[in-house]
Amino acid sequence: MTPEALNGPSAPLPRPPGHSSGGRLERVLRAGRFAVTAELNPPDSADPREVYDRALVLSEVCDAINATDASGANTHMSSVGICALLCAAGYAVVMQISCRDRNRIAIQGDVLGAAAMGVCNVLCLTGDGVGVGDQPGAKPVFDLDSLSLLDTIRTMRDEGRFLSGREITVPPRVFLGAAANPFAPPLDFRPLRLAKKIAAGAEFVQTQYCFDMSMFRRYMARVRELGLHEKCFILVGVGPLVSARAARWMRRHVPGVHIPDAVVARLEGARDQKAEGKKLCIELIQEAREIEGVAGVHVMAYRQEELVSEIIADSGVLAGRRAQSRDRRGARSRNRS
Amino acid sequence: MIVYAARRWAVRNARRLDRVYRVVGNVMVGLDPLWRRLGYHRVDRPLAGVERVLKGALFDCRMCGQCVLGDTGMSCPMNCPKSLRNGPCGGVREGGMCEVEPDLRCVWVEAWEGGRRMCDGERLMRLQPPVDHGLWGRSAWLRDARLRAGDGPGSRAGP
Repeated sequence: MTPEALNGPSAPLPRPPGHSSGGRLERVLRAGRFAVTAELNPPDSADPREVYDRALVLSEVCDAINATDASGANTHMSSVGICALLCAAGYAVVMQISCRDRNRIAIQGDVLGAAAMGVCNVLCLTGDGVGVGDQPGAKPVFDLDSLSLLDTIRTMRDEGRFLSGREITVPPRVFLGAAANPFAPPLDFRPLRLAKKIAAGAEFVQTQYCFDMSMFRRYMARVRELGLHEKCFILVGVGPLVSARAARWMRRHVPGVHIPDAVVARLEGARDQKAEGKKLCIELIQEAREIEGVAGVHVMAYRQEELVSEIIADSGVLAGRRAQSRDRRGARSRNRS
Repeated sequence: MIVYAARRWAVRNARRLDRVYRVVGNVMVGLDPLWRRLGYHRVDRPLAGVERVLKGALFDCRMCGQCVLGDTGMSCPMNCPKSLRNGPCGGVREGGMCEVEPDLRCVWVEAWEGGRRMCDGERLMRLQPPVDHGLWGRSAWLRDARLRAGDGPGSRAGP
């Protein structure tokens, strides 16, 4: 890195005492503010402008942008690539790492590279099976699982060594995240699984799409009983459904998504299904916000980034706070030039 | 399908099988002087053969060489299409079926049931390290015995 880059928008941020990273997301969460993250749909293109255009729309309302790692086992621009572009422009990102496509050698190298680029947040995922994606003949790797991945990165960060025990001279200072699915069986095991992820190093979690608030409340009650909400920041996953048809398609084809019949029926009965889907999403955010132990929302608006800012604004969760997923000065000027 | 039925039977009888498993483990450790005399490397292959037959029939064992059945409710995690050793993924279907192979029960839904039948279900919460791919096809019993007897390189606690 040239000395110029070290002073530019991708310059490393100072790390406040007691923080794992210097990033914005961790600061917002530790300050007790209601955090907002959103997913950027990765382009099927080599054009960086497609990434910047989508990031610009999201950045005004969220504290960090998630860069997905071939979610649904579909090939897109890589999470490392997206993070490189966004970090250079000063955005705060959550780099998703899935265990499906790379082994421990590649992943640990990526974590070092990511931290060097300025990535402050990493989300550790197992990954969907290759069969649901566009390349069902691909070899599934799954060398690590989400838990051993968390533990590996935590060891790299806190003990300054690789899984092999070899020393790392400057450890990656990242805030560690994981996914949680409160809606998939075995339901009574799910809160314990969260406990296990926290024990392995998870400091924040982003949940799967929540469309069933009563089910989520039951999960959170158990989470509070176990005291997990005090050890980990929980961001509820939400997203606008475009139509009843899309909802049915999602629950059939997207692994782990649970959409109750009542939700599908509500969309079906609406005159403007898209508007109803958006309204439902806003209601879910407002309801989730009232649940003790919920630290924020994670918005996944599949191919509708432009809706995210309206949803967040209308839900009122920012309460006048200006969320901008920029870790550093210069994101904007870089975008506009 | 017979193997799948055996797998489910093993989980239903997790408590009893776990006890048998512990006895086998202790016997193996007790035989440490014998293994040492014969040479651990020399008995590995025949013992791995025995394991392949027995555990193959009962658990659909894949011979990863680092058995954690006692920590996973006697449901072999290597049968998970994602080889998850630390719990179910988020893709488990309604009714507890596997995301990747919808006709089969999720290995971890089974493990959760098996674990609850066992005396020490807390073991499901143990963090399992990543699989050492250098151990495929070797005898897990012998490796455990060696580690517990303190002969092996690096030691892993517990049966």
